[in-house]
Amino acid sequence: MSPAYFLRRLLAVALVLWIVTIAVFAITMVLPGNAAIMILGEYATPDQVAAMEIRLGLNRPAAIQYLEWLFNLLQGDFGMSLRLSLPVSDVVGSAFRNSALLAATALVAVTVVAVPVGMLTAVKRGTKADLGISLVAYVGTAMPEFVTATLLLVIFAAPGNPLLPAGGFIPPGESVAGFFNHVILPAGALGLILTAHIARQVRSEMSDVLASDYIRAARLKGLRERRVIWGHALPNSLAPAVAVISLDIGYLLGGIIVVEEIFAWPGLGRLLILALENRDLPVIQAITLLLAMVYALSNLLSDLVIAALDPRVRYE
Amino acid sequence: MNELVRHPTGLVGSVLLSLVAIAVILGPFLAPFDPQAFHPAVRLAGPSGTHWLGTDQFGRDILSRLLTGAGPTVLFGVGATALGVLAGSIIGVTAAVAGGWVDSVIMRTLDGLLAVPDLLFTLLIVTILGGGIGEAMLAVAVAFTPGMARIARSSVLSIRTREYVLAAIARDESRAYIIVQEVIPNAIGPIVVEATIRVSFAIMIGATLGFLGLGAQPPSTEWGLMVAEARQYMYRSPWVVAVPGLAIAVAALGFNLFGDALRDAFDPRRRR
Repeated sequence: MSPAYFLRRLLAVALVLWIVTIAVFAITMVLPGNAAIMILGEYATPDQVAAMEIRLGLNRPAAIQYLEWLFNLLQGDFGMSLRLSLPVSDVVGSAFRNSALLAATALVAVTVVAVPVGMLTAVKRGTKADLGISLVAYVGTAMPEFVTATLLLVIFAAPGNPLLPAGGFIPPGESVAGFFNHVILPAGALGLILTAHIARQVRSEMSDVLASDYIRAARLKGLRERRVIWGHALPNSLAPAVAVISLDIGYLLGGIIVVEEIFAWPGLGRLLILALENRDLPVIQAITLLLAMVYALSNLLSDLVIAALDPRVRYE
Repeated sequence: MNELVRHPTGLVGSVLLSLVAIAVILGPFLAPFDPQAFHPAVRLAGPSGTHWLGTDQFGRDILSRLLTGAGPTVLFGVGATALGVLAGSIIGVTAAVAGGWVDSVIMRTLDGLLAVPDLLFTLLIVTILGGGIGEAMLAVAVAFTPGMARIARSSVLSIRTREYVLAAIARDESRAYIIVQEVIPNAIGPIVVEATIRVSFAIMIGATLGFLGLGAQPPSTEWGLMVAEARQYMYRSPWVVAVPGLAIAVAALGFNLFGDALRDAFDPRRRR
């Protein structure tokens, strides 16, 4: 791909992230609750609150506060957690790593299952296997994560003789088996809806490809069915599959909030719910920005992969 | 309409939606018991002749709670989507019609907002507004607005250069006439399709907010809240969480299937 295309996409991502910083700052400015009261406690006198506001710089115009906050962000300084009195980067750092482990496990599992299933059902279109799988996929896209998670817990983690732990986290550095044991249920709850959605989209893309003229031409040329599918249909439906997966990452990032809460997974989602309850503004800001950044960057990455896979988009 | 029910997806979707509609409209009248009445003798009882879907931790009849909960659960999704579509369409049409820097500023802002996952966006807004079913509905509507605005804009842009619009311009019709009479009726198809599918997401997000305690509040029989309240008893009596959980899936599935069938009916290329 051309360097100009890459540069333009990179600039677009930077612009999106800058707009996100404005949105996040604006949202947290109107959140109820006052940082000075958060620090001093509920029984602070108005004088103490006013003094603390001056110390924190909360009495200055919003634009100045935004610029200072943005300047600090660019230097990697997210401020101090109001609740935990620790630097936000310390609090968010390990949670980010734990969330990334969960999200990456779910995403790999989803991709490995959904893409082949979608392609298979497209090739076997109209058979009983296709109808059965499509039905399951439809039901799967209609199950919110908290329902899937609850049902998985009932089936696999009922007390007595649980097959899998009902929650918690073991770092893979400590025990790989323990990590996988704990990640299966949350990743499953997170992945079901995405697997169903991606399989359906891949099936529909692959069906369009299979109905196209060049596939008919390949068949008329007398190519074997196997070669038509692996050599012609498959490479041409990969780019749309990547596009679907990258768009679903936004959904995945929303899903971790609920799933982490249910399975007591010490990640960004759980931290966010705690921070929202406590109005811990710097933590809320950092998490929102991080999730938006991951989403924007994953979209960028997918655009680049698609450009590499499909020569037609390179010089657009 | 024939086109809609000929497909299996359209048929199943229509049937599910009819069931959901009956539950929403007639649910409170069909409920065999008072959804809030305690029956301490039959706490957490399984399905039986008297209580078809069993009872919850207070001995309340689950079928009755399900039927009265259809309204708050489903109307939440419809209301939130309708508000989001309305706001999004106004913004999207404005951007498309205005063009130039107005369009650029609106679109870049929407790009930024779209980078925040829907559920996260909704949680932030609910925290600003305070929990409750009305606040949650407004929050989902706000979170849906950027996506709907983009669809409305691209829909209008693709129509603006069609022959019938050019013909209207050539006839020297007024700007308002062209927008109201030519552009909007033709742009509405994709918007309706997207809105129908989004209702299923709105129902799911609404139930999730109820589950997290940020949406419907007790003693509402909203289905997400029903799952949340019954969770501590789920290992002993799985049906108390399974029944409302599956009901959410059925309602969401109905809108999803119906939306897909609508899209196929609007788009002749996809009729197979």
